[in-house]
Amino acid sequence: MDIEEKTLKRLNSPQELEALRQELQRASSAKSKTITICCGTGCLAYGGAKVAQGFKDEIKARGLENEIEVKTTGCHGFCERGPLVVIRPENVLYQRVKPTDIGEIVDTVKDGNIVDRLLYTIPGTKTKVAHEHDVPFYKKQMRLVFGANGYIDPTSIEDYIGCGGYTALAKTLYSMTPDEVISEVKKSGLRGRGGGGFATGAKWQSTQEAHGDTKYVICNCDEGDPGAFMDRSLMEGNPHAILEGMVIAAFAVGAHEGYIYIRNEYPVAVKHAERAIAQAEAMGLLGRNILGSGFDFTVKINRGGGAFVCGESTALMASLEGRVGEPRAKYIHTSERGLWDQPTVLNNVETLANVPLIINKGSQWYSGIGTANSKGTKIFSLVGKVNNTGLIEVPMGITLREIIYDIGGGIPKNKKFKAIQTGGPSGGCLPESRLDMPVDFDELTRAGSMMGSGAMIVMDEDNCMVDIARYFLSFLEGESCGKCVPCREGLKRMRQILDRIISGRGEDGDIELLEDLSETLTWGALCGLGSGAANPIMSTLRYFRDEYESHIREKRCPAGVCKPLITYNIVEANCPNCTLCIKACPAGAITGRGKKVPVVLDQSKCTKCGACFDVCRLNAVEVR
Amino acid sequence: MTLDTKSFAEVVNTILAKYENDAAMLVGILQDIQSELNYLPRECLVMVSEGLDIPLSRVYSVSTFFKAFSLKPRGRHSLHVCMGTACHVRGAEKVLDKLQTELCLCAGETSPDMKFTLETVNCVGACALGPVVVVDGEYAGQVTTDKVKSILEGCK
Repeated sequence: MDIEEKTLKRLNSPQELEALRQELQRASSAKSKTITICCGTGCLAYGGAKVAQGFKDEIKARGLENEIEVKTTGCHGFCERGPLVVIRPENVLYQRVKPTDIGEIVDTVKDGNIVDRLLYTIPGTKTKVAHEHDVPFYKKQMRLVFGANGYIDPTSIEDYIGCGGYTALAKTLYSMTPDEVISEVKKSGLRGRGGGGFATGAKWQSTQEAHGDTKYVICNCDEGDPGAFMDRSLMEGNPHAILEGMVIAAFAVGAHEGYIYIRNEYPVAVKHAERAIAQAEAMGLLGRNILGSGFDFTVKINRGGGAFVCGESTALMASLEGRVGEPRAKYIHTSERGLWDQPTVLNNVETLANVPLIINKGSQWYSGIGTANSKGTKIFSLVGKVNNTGLIEVPMGITLREIIYDIGGGIPKNKKFKAIQTGGPSGGCLPESRLDMPVDFDELTRAGSMMGSGAMIVMDEDNCMVDIARYFLSFLEGESCGKCVPCREGLKRMRQILDRIISGRGEDGDIELLEDLSETLTWGALCGLGSGAANPIMSTLRYFRDEYESHIREKRCPAGVCKPLITYNIVEANCPNCTLCIKACPAGAITGRGKKVPVVLDQSKCTKCGACFDVCRLNAVEVR
Repeated sequence: MTLDTKSFAEVVNTILAKYENDAAMLVGILQDIQSELNYLPRECLVMVSEGLDIPLSRVYSVSTFFKAFSLKPRGRHSLHVCMGTACHVRGAEKVLDKLQTELCLCAGETSPDMKFTLETVNCVGACALGPVVVVDGEYAGQVTTDKVKSILEGCK
């Protein structure tokens, strides 16, 4: 506990919490403006920390501390345009802000003008958008869970309380019974956001009803799904919402101990969660006798070791117990026998962050959002070949086309959309014909993919679907714990077949063999990693079979990706001998022949590294 | 500072005491030791096994199962190339190839002068920036093959 935590005053009743909230709101309204700077991982990589420090220094130097508040927040979602700065309450959004822009921005905050050159410009037009809510990326979103990220400092519990934080906890402890909490979550229709999509209320009920002296609540922030980072951003940007969800879950099932299992690769998330726990304990919102209600619940942090299989509940619990993260067959559910063989609730970060909303606004309000069997909103990470990459929160039922074109701004460089991969390594790739499909748990499954954790990776015509299938297989092969034969041997064999196809040695019958092995894995594997592993293969075979056939029969990679099947060539008409490619080539395969004469590429020396293709700005290098 | 066996003992004992010699915290204990020493020396694994009163085979099974652990010393600069899907579709493979060529190292290896360790990681959760290379904990986003040299030159 550091000095700040020691000075936090303990709250002993909901009335004290409410009084503090009103005091905090009064203090914050005394300052007329707030400058929020996104310090999520994306913006930090673009220099967000320097911008944030610059603003603090500038405000101090001008003596404006009492009028303008500077706040570093978690991820705002629009990672593509970072570092992001938003002036509130007007919500003026500045993008790609550099430390040299700070003086000008502070001038305008004072006099009410806007710095035009830092505003977002709609691609392909000269239209500039001043306000955050008018930017197309944000316009169609419904940021119920993720929205607070842009407003609060994740290291300040006061910020969270000021925004209405911990009201759901007070309501739960003082005016609801555990059964009522479970019934409310059940009626809301909330399904687990971690991948399985299991009904959260039903899971809580079976843990509540299970026999056991001790019960546990675990928050899964391992997020091993490549392509997904919403759990990271929530834990980094709003850790108290997750803690609040955990305490409510604990109250509902009768648990007094909990764990947050966080990936070690997420150091900021670990730091912010640790700090949030210390602050909540100091204020009596966690630990013993929470808010004077007599209910006890403590939370510890456990850092994961970087194993994808630990996304499986039983493997995660084995790892928490200090053992190798191998899953077991779930003849007995973890809600009955989980951590140390005791009844355990395991929920994903996003699921828990939804809970305070449901308690505060009611199940009826919540279930009014979404589709028949998928309620509420879902945070997706929209990444890959799409103009506006980042995190988006949308109501269930929105179409893929709206996500990719309206929110994502379409495909860069006027390329053609080819596929969208959803649900991580256990999900599937959907083609253009599926773009008008509403996105929810059931529709995605019907289309041969899944919701998974919510990764959405957009691919254009330059991506090879056989290569993508091989990528997922080789990823899963490396991550398989090796405990069951279908997964250990099946994945290896499937990857070998795909390697052969990609290297031009594919044979007739390979596709059928892949289908056979996929079926064996789906039905025979011990855990979700293995049983879902066939999905990328099955979905690419279903929608992009012609690409497999081109590789096998014509020994050709239509997308120009698979190295053994492609060559790089110089397009003489476009090449003015600028020598960029000559400098980039590590193999000395490209030589110049004089001024304004096209260069020559010696195929016998070319290692197909693609360096020439990457540096050429004149389309003078092509892949065939 | 060169750590000898005696200081290994100091490191291990301090960390074991922090976790009250709780064998359930084995993963965390190994993570803390690795963040102090940059890798997991055999001597430390033996001390952990004795300190927690668990078989050495269990300590080894955990430290070889999880990818975050290294039983070999690592270089002064760590380069983690993200191989997540978002990075993959934007050309992470090419970036890794270029790094391997420039450093004359395969992924997972450390240079003989102990300057660089090149590793791949499945996803660092910065997917919007792909391809990403994490250099000594700092994220470099939208890396292309022609940026690789300047990344390496930045490692003094």
